[in-house]
Amino acid sequence: MNRASAPVPLANPVAERRADFPALHQEVNGLPLAYLDNAASAQQPLAVIEAVSEYQRNDHANVHRGVHTLSQRATEAYEGARDKLRDFVGAESRTEIVLTSGTTESINLVAQSFVRPRVGAGDKILITHLEHHANIVPWQIVCEQTGAELAVVPIDERGQLDLERLYAMLTEDVRMLALGHVSNALGTINPVADIITVAHDRNIPVLLDGAQATPHMQVNVRELDCDFFAFSGHKMFGPTGTGVLYGREALLDTMPPYQGGGDMILEVRFDKTTYNELPYKFEAGTPNISGVVGLGAAVDYLGEVGMENIAAYEHELLEYLTGRLSEIDGIRLYGTAEQKASVQSFLLDEIHPHDLGTIVDHKGVAVRSGHHCAMPVMQHFCIPGTVRASLAFYNNHADVDRLIDALLTARALFA
Amino acid sequence: MNAAAEAQSLRDLYRELVLDHARNPRNFGKLDGPSHTAKGINPLCGDSLVLYLDVGTDDRVRGASFEGTGCVISIASASLLTETIVGMRTADAARYFDVLRSRLSADPLTDPVIDLGKLQALEGVREYPSRVKCATLAWHALDAALRGNDTPATTE
Repeated sequence: MNRASAPVPLANPVAERRADFPALHQEVNGLPLAYLDNAASAQQPLAVIEAVSEYQRNDHANVHRGVHTLSQRATEAYEGARDKLRDFVGAESRTEIVLTSGTTESINLVAQSFVRPRVGAGDKILITHLEHHANIVPWQIVCEQTGAELAVVPIDERGQLDLERLYAMLTEDVRMLALGHVSNALGTINPVADIITVAHDRNIPVLLDGAQATPHMQVNVRELDCDFFAFSGHKMFGPTGTGVLYGREALLDTMPPYQGGGDMILEVRFDKTTYNELPYKFEAGTPNISGVVGLGAAVDYLGEVGMENIAAYEHELLEYLTGRLSEIDGIRLYGTAEQKASVQSFLLDEIHPHDLGTIVDHKGVAVRSGHHCAMPVMQHFCIPGTVRASLAFYNNHADVDRLIDALLTARALFA
Repeated sequence: MNAAAEAQSLRDLYRELVLDHARNPRNFGKLDGPSHTAKGINPLCGDSLVLYLDVGTDDRVRGASFEGTGCVISIASASLLTETIVGMRTADAARYFDVLRSRLSADPLTDPVIDLGKLQALEGVREYPSRVKCATLAWHALDAALRGNDTPATTE
């Protein structure tokens, strides 16, 4: 595949990419699908689907094991994806790119291998009220195991971090700050570069949960200067069951393995096993090879579309969505931060999110309804959940209009 | 499905009786001196409700009420539950749950002995597999209450 050199087509090159996504070209309940649940999982372009399929048809074997041709092909494809991912996030070295099953595993790895051996009673782990469960529960487990305390930075009514409180809470007993780059439930983009600067001044390492950042914006871990950056393949148009933990090499070097098994060892003897070098030390067992190949294709694809183009297009689309939602009587928007990714949570009248979700699905519109795996965010607003429309670059004004029409139908039904 | 059939299907889910029970839930609130209490949680949406029962020494349900938040389907189902089971023997109430669950499944059994009565209004969820959990939340709590289970019942 060599589409990078192809001329950029026509007036709105980003929106035209919709044609590349087979799943978007179907009817749901008799109407064309408007897929607005991208923050839960994004659809995959043909380039990703074909890369996985090609790999399965022609190149599959286990990686890092055989001297035979297929094993070498599989290894090249798998390791080639790692190189693409290193470029994608701007890491210094490919040894800093640990391939995982997703953001959740990446965070658990850091919690157990980096933080757990370093904390005890009297220490704190700091997170924020914006986090989704994957960036809460792993830290609660470490606290239970070690006696450390979990501290939570509050948010304001717009869904923005209280930065003054955050900086005041970065005290010398804090051993780790773990926060989302972009909130999944509210779309808030946190000023992470500034936060990391302050944390590092106080020698506090920082993990960024980047699951909702990588689909929407250019990320550079060296510019951000974060110590760890976790993200998932399926949120950025790749296959499920893939993800990355970026970690600063100096830190990864000090960490014990997270899981034991094949591939993470140099030599196994019953009296002593020697662990493999980075990043393989953290990749026990046969990995999700085909998924990672697909993720590599997703990275190529995003490179062709251009993350800056995506960010600019989505910014305009989000404004259109927020504007149209605001026209509806009885709408309440949750998450109105100054800096936002293309996600909008809302409620309409007293209609429960599940009922809204069912009715808009009837109109062929897919949204998420519920707590978005971020129950504390819902508790902050004293609501059980919201409806969330989350946009990708393949969405357009017509998708938004369809959502608005469906919401008006719901209003009429429950009036 | 065409647009008219679609609209009909929605009306079938949100029948008037269901909407009425959701807007004006019966027996909403805490029961004085309940003999049984159980919490039901739907982890999918985070909705939760508490069911209170007053079961007499003759094993008959003398009173039932509930508190909680939820969607139209779950509130209506809980409201209908509290109306339905009063006066029943606990074993019959449990049997009702089995029949209701079966009737809401894709391949319902027909039970000639039990007439679901008003609960038939919930049968519209059969077309909506993701909403069956909403319709059975209160009934899972009933099941837990009658078994004397302390941990919250879930729809999973």
